[in-house]
Amino acid sequence: MAEYIALSYWDIAIAASLLCLNAGLSIYYKLGTEKRLFIAATRMVVQLTLVGLVLKALFATMSPWLTLLVGLLMIGFAGREAISRQERSFDGIWGYGLSAGSMLLAAGTVTIFALGTQFHAEPWYDPRYAIPILGMILGNTMTGISLALDRLLAEADTGRMKIEARLALGHTFREAMQVPIKNAMRAGLIPTVNAMAAAGLVSLPGMMTGQILAGVEPVQAVKYQLLVMFLIAGGTALGVFATTMLAMHRLSDTRQRLRLDRLNVSNH
Amino acid sequence: MLKIERLQRQGLQTIDLEVPSGTCIAIRGQSGAGKSLLLRAIADLDPNTGNVTLDGKDRNSFAPHQWRRSVCYVPAESGWWLDDVQDHFEFPDIAAGYLVRLGFPDDALTWRVDRLSTGERQRMALLRAMIQGPKVLLLDEPTSALDPEATAKVESLIHEKVESGATIIMVTHDKNQAARMSSERYVIEKGGLSLEEAA
Repeated sequence: MAEYIALSYWDIAIAASLLCLNAGLSIYYKLGTEKRLFIAATRMVVQLTLVGLVLKALFATMSPWLTLLVGLLMIGFAGREAISRQERSFDGIWGYGLSAGSMLLAAGTVTIFALGTQFHAEPWYDPRYAIPILGMILGNTMTGISLALDRLLAEADTGRMKIEARLALGHTFREAMQVPIKNAMRAGLIPTVNAMAAAGLVSLPGMMTGQILAGVEPVQAVKYQLLVMFLIAGGTALGVFATTMLAMHRLSDTRQRLRLDRLNVSNH
Repeated sequence: MLKIERLQRQGLQTIDLEVPSGTCIAIRGQSGAGKSLLLRAIADLDPNTGNVTLDGKDRNSFAPHQWRRSVCYVPAESGWWLDDVQDHFEFPDIAAGYLVRLGFPDDALTWRVDRLSTGERQRMALLRAMIQGPKVLLLDEPTSALDPEATAKVESLIHEKVESGATIIMVTHDKNQAARMSSERYVIEKGGLSLEEAA
């Protein structure tokens, strides 16, 4: 790897001052976003700093169990984040279980697939590979699942008359949900499709940018980016599909009724 | 013959009811008394318990969608899931033959749904259900949005269905309509169903 320019904390503080400018504008124009900006930025700094320390320790131990534990924790948090700002969610264990379960299935499968086929890490669970890959896939899968679920539940709730009209006419539940399912899957995949379509033309993807800044040769960085993009797209599609199917299952029962009574609706 | 035994659901008392084929019964009751709840329970659109049989066959021996095809609920306010009216019909050709009888011009099936008035939607929804040939029709205030002329048209169509052997349970506000249409009249009050005493 070529030499890279090590950053000092002072460099980062200067970058953060941009945010202070934003906050100043927000206060001046009474937009009310300065508090949220500040909290989100603080969270980011604290979380990333801690993660840096955790990763450093984890890479040193090379323990499969610790790696698994960290991976599961990440999936657990992603499951919570995916439903935390939703207007509608399933009640009981299904609310959290649905998103965390889909995430585990999608991101877990794709991560293990990547570790086994492309990276040939030694040992295969080497946290230096496993954790960053899982994180990257999770971040994107989370958005996809969140969008798909939001769309599906919103359409089922507000489109109750349409769905029940079809049920009453003797359509199966899957037929009655055809339009909401299609819209939900599309909504969940839009960010991934956009990212792939715009890659290189509109933006240089974050990971590739990071590698180039860190001194990696561009063609190598592109290869890594392509690999990661395919993993992300695969993981997101799998996660969106799993979530939509599971949510469909939970929205109905053995007599194929529309069970909106299983939803909690809150207004944020 | 539609037979309902010990039907129970949230918002209703235990309901027993028998309706022979080729008859129409009317159910009256105030808003919120449970009329729609009963029809929805019979169509199995909401969770409920009890034995419901059609011509001796238990409801649970039907696949859910087959049951609703045979025992079809038509709500007062209809749902439309596509843009064009005709895309909601299983047999648009058969439906076309009924348009004039229901007071529509010939090309009404090619209209967009958002062009239909409330009353037109109500008639179209009834037609949509009827031409699928259900054995039982559960009609929830089928003429609530209609003027007397359109009401007469709908009533004549319902009469025809009954004469051809269909079973109809009709919820209505209108005492006169109940008298015109039905052989037996029931009242639903606080979720309990009872035969209306002769006035």
